[in-house]
Amino acid sequence: MSPAARSGLFLVSAAGLAVLLGLALGGLPGFDGPLGDTAKLIATHAVAQRKASNVVIDVAFDYRALDTLGEEFMVFVAAVGAVVLLRTTRDERDEAGSAELEARRPPETSDLLRLLGTVLAPLTVVLGVYVVSHGQLSPGGGFQGGVVVAAAVVVVYVAGQHVAVPRGGPIELTEVVESAGAAGFAIVGVGGLIFAAAFFENFIDPGSQGSLLSGGTIPLANVAVGLEVAGALVLVLVELLDQVIFRRGGGK
Amino acid sequence: MSAPALVVAAWLLLIGLYGVVTSRHLVHLIVCLSVAQASTYVLLLAVGFREGAKAPIFGDIPASSPVVDPVVQALTLTDIVVQASVSALLLALAIQARKRFGTVDPNRIGELRG
Repeated sequence: MSPAARSGLFLVSAAGLAVLLGLALGGLPGFDGPLGDTAKLIATHAVAQRKASNVVIDVAFDYRALDTLGEEFMVFVAAVGAVVLLRTTRDERDEAGSAELEARRPPETSDLLRLLGTVLAPLTVVLGVYVVSHGQLSPGGGFQGGVVVAAAVVVVYVAGQHVAVPRGGPIELTEVVESAGAAGFAIVGVGGLIFAAAFFENFIDPGSQGSLLSGGTIPLANVAVGLEVAGALVLVLVELLDQVIFRRGGGK
Repeated sequence: MSAPALVVAAWLLLIGLYGVVTSRHLVHLIVCLSVAQASTYVLLLAVGFREGAKAPIFGDIPASSPVVDPVVQALTLTDIVVQASVSALLLALAIQARKRFGTVDPNRIGELRG
């Protein structure tokens, strides 16, 4: 199909979609209407039941934990898929010769940038661990904190340190961390099956509102998800950065 | 008034789809897909927002204060995570496509395969 015909077809169908969207969105309640019934119930009872102040985390890691398990395994599968695809490419490159190994080295960066990276990377990890561990009290949680931890790898890359890790090195550990995190969250769910009545039932004493360990299984689930997300992102980032360094080296 | 937020959501979806349809570069296409998906964040948060309501975190606010819908906020969290994972997978596929077909133009990939 020619680009012009495709654009024409798109404009016609987009106009139809716009009309349908207008009809559908026009029927939504406004900002001054009452909340939905589920929202009202959860907003009223979640903190009293689970003692975790952050109701969004109550929903994601307790009431809707089964959905979050599916979401977490989606992250896992997407990361594994991306890594498999990227490693296929790398095998081809390794056959191309060892000269590229030298070209994989990142370009020199200034001392100031290196110093900044050295200072920022551990701070980033600490911030990430804080966000993971305080998800039940304040905005944050496993997903957000895991991403912050993984951002440390980007800081290291920007500072020009060696991220293209050889096989068999500590990078293999991130695969273990990722898998352990994914399995850990499922085990929290199985714990509900063993110690309480149902899968993902909160089987630990919720404690008192405002304390670090409030929420029963919620902090545990957050740590598991934090490990999984951090592991998955570090894995994908390192593989992608490896490609960047290779592309740059190949251009010389 | 919720109309501006809903108009932005619809606009993001349509402009993102327009970018996907007319894209000449796989990475550009993936970014356009992210733009289209960003419309779902705006829509979900607009559905849950209420005038004068606070964030659903009962750390410093009294237990009886009105809050915005926590359920759609949790759904938005899921949405963002899914979008990030899908983008990573698609970018890896784009690198593979460049390797296999020698081009990142979606139009030319189709020609070469035929």
